[in-house]
Amino acid sequence: MKPRSALLLGSLSAALVAFALTSPRVVAADKVDPVADAKAFRNFFFQKFPDVKHEDFVNGPYSMNADMKRQWQEKEEFPPYEFALDAGKEMFATPFKNGKTYADCFPNGGIGIRQNYPYFDEKEGKVVTLELALNRCREANGEAPYSYVKDEMASLTAYMAFTSRGKPMDIRIPDDPRALAAFENGKRYFYTRRGQLNFSCASCHVQSPGERIRAEILAPALGILNAMPIYRSEWSGMGTTSRRFVTCNSQTRAVPLEPQADEYRDVEYFLSYVANGLPISGPGARP
Amino acid sequence: MKLSLPLAMLLALSFAPAARAANEADYKAAYAAAEAASKEAAGMRNQWTVTISALAAARKAADGGDFDRAVAASKEAEALAKASIVQANSEKEAWKAMEIR
Repeated sequence: MKPRSALLLGSLSAALVAFALTSPRVVAADKVDPVADAKAFRNFFFQKFPDVKHEDFVNGPYSMNADMKRQWQEKEEFPPYEFALDAGKEMFATPFKNGKTYADCFPNGGIGIRQNYPYFDEKEGKVVTLELALNRCREANGEAPYSYVKDEMASLTAYMAFTSRGKPMDIRIPDDPRALAAFENGKRYFYTRRGQLNFSCASCHVQSPGERIRAEILAPALGILNAMPIYRSEWSGMGTTSRRFVTCNSQTRAVPLEPQADEYRDVEYFLSYVANGLPISGPGARP
Repeated sequence: MKLSLPLAMLLALSFAPAARAANEADYKAAYAAAEAASKEAAGMRNQWTVTISALAAARKAADGGDFDRAVAASKEAEALAKASIVQANSEKEAWKAMEIR
């Protein structure tokens, strides 16, 4: 009886030691660590595409294909988003009915600040994107908000992005559990499969960048938002970040969420944070 | 003896009840089930566009009095909605397998 008890006790102790050794790893793996996530994210792309200069990832499919890059560089001499830039500049400077302008709503008069959006608003406890901040500015000044997926919003953000061109993305995650939760929620949204086609954002932009999907070459996820907003030949017009998320969802046969839904704000936060240090290249042009 | 099997089959077929055409009540029951599943998927923020299309097709067929087609489209919508619910539930954990670490 005694040896039996000793054996049982020994087994139990061994099991407890094994559990004690493994459980901290489980906890560590589930801990939200944006710095480690961003490092792993960047390294994945840097290793997958060792010949692509790091700052070139923001040019999407053009960083993946030399022929397309040459065509794009020629196109950049007369860029298709130029009309939106001009319109955005004029809209930005035009006073609201109360005499104020967009410059009154933003730090540094709204010039050269694109790289700091989206940010986590600790008062609201949520992520605030540039598109959302622009509409809040309009509403605070008695103006009707713009559609998040149409030309006016794209023109305004195109102009603001242009004033930040070349500046490194600089997204902060404050020491606030809600900010960490927003980052984690954005990450979850990015990797979650949806729609009848069972695609996640990562299915195209992590697993298959540089590959063709029908006639298009898929962009890498790293730096994908640095070029927003974009002129898309497919759309024959400009598209905002909201429009991009909505159409990506539709293409997988998922019903898109409402523009600026928490999930879209959070995935923008996640994707922008992991692209910290890469230059703003917006507005961009894509096939 | 050789003739008995085909004869038996013929007899069986002749006495088999003809498939009943669907009526409005069948459609309403099928549509209600599809709509309930669709609402559940929407509540999980994982609705599929094809579910919406199948529900619309069911309503259109019913409006035209084609209840067979309306029931078939409703059943398709219900199956699609249930698949999207399965997807949403499985992705609660499965997304982690895709994550870059």
